[in-house]
Amino acid sequence: MSVNFSLDYFALFGLPRRFDIDEAELDRAWHALQAEVHPDRHVHLPGSERHRAMRGALRVNEAYATLKKPLSRARYLLDLAGVDADEIDNVAMASGFLIEQMEWREAVEEARAFGDVDALEQLALRLRMRVDEVTTLLAEQFDSRENREAAADTVRRLMFLDRLRCDIDDGLAALDD
Amino acid sequence: MTLLQIAEPGMSAAPHQHRLAAGIDLGTTNSLVATVKNGIAVCLSDEEGRALMPSIVHYRGDGGLDAGHAALGARVADPRNTIVSVKRFMGRGFADVAHIETMPYVFEETPGMLRLRTVQGSKSPVEISAEILRALRLRAEASLGGELAGAVITVPAYFDDAQRQATRDAARLAGLHVLRLLNEPTAAAVAYGLDNAVEGVYAVYDLGGGTFDLSILKLTRGVFEVLATNGDAALGGDDFDHRLYCWALDQARIAPPSAEDTRRLQMKAREVKELLSMSEEAPFRLRLGPGVSVDLTVSRAAFSEMTKPLVQKTLVPIRRALRDAGLSVRDIKGVVMVGGATRMPHIQRAVAAFFGQEPLTNLDPDKVVALGAAMQANVLAGNRKPGDGGWLLLDVIPLSLGLETMGGLSEKIVPRNATLPVARAQEFTTYKDGQTAMAFHVVQGERELVADCRSLARFELRGIPPMAAGAARIRVTFQVDADGLLSVSARETGTGVEASILVNPSYGLADSEIADMLRAGFERAGEDLAARNLREQQVEAGRLLEAVAQALAVDGGLLDAPERAAIDAAMARLRGLIDSPGDAPALAGGIAALARATEEFAARRMDRSIRAALAGQKIGEL
Repeated sequence: MSVNFSLDYFALFGLPRRFDIDEAELDRAWHALQAEVHPDRHVHLPGSERHRAMRGALRVNEAYATLKKPLSRARYLLDLAGVDADEIDNVAMASGFLIEQMEWREAVEEARAFGDVDALEQLALRLRMRVDEVTTLLAEQFDSRENREAAADTVRRLMFLDRLRCDIDDGLAALDD
Repeated sequence: MTLLQIAEPGMSAAPHQHRLAAGIDLGTTNSLVATVKNGIAVCLSDEEGRALMPSIVHYRGDGGLDAGHAALGARVADPRNTIVSVKRFMGRGFADVAHIETMPYVFEETPGMLRLRTVQGSKSPVEISAEILRALRLRAEASLGGELAGAVITVPAYFDDAQRQATRDAARLAGLHVLRLLNEPTAAAVAYGLDNAVEGVYAVYDLGGGTFDLSILKLTRGVFEVLATNGDAALGGDDFDHRLYCWALDQARIAPPSAEDTRRLQMKAREVKELLSMSEEAPFRLRLGPGVSVDLTVSRAAFSEMTKPLVQKTLVPIRRALRDAGLSVRDIKGVVMVGGATRMPHIQRAVAAFFGQEPLTNLDPDKVVALGAAMQANVLAGNRKPGDGGWLLLDVIPLSLGLETMGGLSEKIVPRNATLPVARAQEFTTYKDGQTAMAFHVVQGERELVADCRSLARFELRGIPPMAAGAARIRVTFQVDADGLLSVSARETGTGVEASILVNPSYGLADSEIADMLRAGFERAGEDLAARNLREQQVEAGRLLEAVAQALAVDGGLLDAPERAAIDAAMARLRGLIDSPGDAPALAGGIAALARATEEFAARRMDRSIRAALAGQKIGEL
């Protein structure tokens, strides 16, 4: 195969298998691989070769989409380690975090109900800062302490925050018109 | 780009034969065709030196047909049979089109894509668009002195799957080999970016006759990466005309006009709009039917006031695209203006105010899309110079794709702004014992309710092995190619049974309809379909032989003697088939045989180039 399917996504891009990655390096490697396998490079070739290149291009884009975002990258790292973040019990999560979540959610719902764009944007900003804190923690747990159980718990938190971000974005999109 | 290119097939190492390729901007109001001549992209003009061709088709009572300028005169004389702005109907149903009541056509309310009844019978928007494309193909072939090897056709970035499919079908009907459907703002970015050698994050604001796109692109060392796209596939210059038309009707207090007068008023409205881009005031003076006339004056300020909601409407997609890209206006290095409608001063002011910078208007907003498409067509046809790595376009899907689930909700399978090509799979199971079939409904759009999304197709899976409820695992895969076109496949993963899929497009044409239209179209144009097929196969065979010969010249060392002999034999057989006047099927067989014979060779070559790409090596270091 053109693109080696037995390689994990990190190896595919020639990156070390860790949470904290060089995003510029990821972009460069992605561009370099797509320059070889993108369908535009194979338009004039027979069907079988186009098909082969297409499979490579799909794989490369899938790998890129997974590594690009901190949440999917973290989940993928857990996957590689055989840990399923979805199976971690909700109850196990610190009650402090769950209360914080409820507060966030109430604030978002209130801002949406009042059509308050400024409030939503403020929330988005605060959320970004919170996400930054959590991803910093993740980097530490994955890369320095190599504590996957702790990382799995943090990933779970990041999933909550990600859902919040979607809610805020949906709220803002609804108020665009 | 400094990536290696191991004499890519199609990139001629030897003094090569230039393949005729064109870029076509199939616009709502005007269409253009462009090509690359001596390394420079140029629009091709008609005998009278006009590059823009009005996107108008007139079906004449005598069975003849006019497209472009020749059809202009019939707009008022024969409005029912003279179709303008047909792009608005592509892949759309009767209920989808705005202001349809003011259009002077006879519509057939068929399920799916609407149809128009003309003096020459019922016509699909696909057939009408094909006439425009055919006229452009003939212009290009006359100008370039040969048959086109392929064309890149541009579409609005925000076109959904049905609209893209309709455009591709129209191109096929027009006898064009489609190299790629390219998003209009991306084409503009290619033309602008390559001409000005820019780097950084740019926004392309593309307001055409009937569509609006906003794309945000990151340009780095020969890579055009679309970060996000948004838009409104039913908002364009036509809507500004329509406001003016409604205003005139209101001011002049005229009764609902006849089809002819509607056309006259609409044409006048466009003329006045264009005048107002150049002067502060314009007369709206028109003589209609017996005893009725309009004598008004419009100021630029009044026009700007009455169309303000439309301008505001274009700001919504900008906000959404920025949010999706995770950027703010401060991150945008420049704003490229595309489309004739961006000539309106109040649009330029609104865009400047939004982005806090003057938009870039130093290129021809009418031509830039066609020029970019021509550059891409030239590359895709294989006309790159040796050592020129070309550039890479990484485009995205504009709208999420999903499947209908319980309760009429859409479950997103492919998210909007995913980089193409993309494939995503989802698993489903049966809910009844012994169930052997399953129905799916594919939709496109961001809304939660299926009813608020675009219905793309319904398909049915058959041949699922009978099992207990919940035991079957059916994996449905959505694949979107570089044209932004979706294909769906499904299999039962437990048994590996490939279930058969019967797809019913909601707003598209069935393959059999296309085949019929193709036959009819060629007959009408006096062309022989069989002869054309054979010619296409000959071109294809020649292309393949050339590609393999080049690959052997560079990488022959990857093969051992028996492998090499097998490829040589398949090449010799194919050459024989081209030279002897054979039939198309035999030739197709020869092409397939050579392709099979070179499969392993191609795999090794690609493997090697991939490894080299990752190692960041250049060809000289290999």
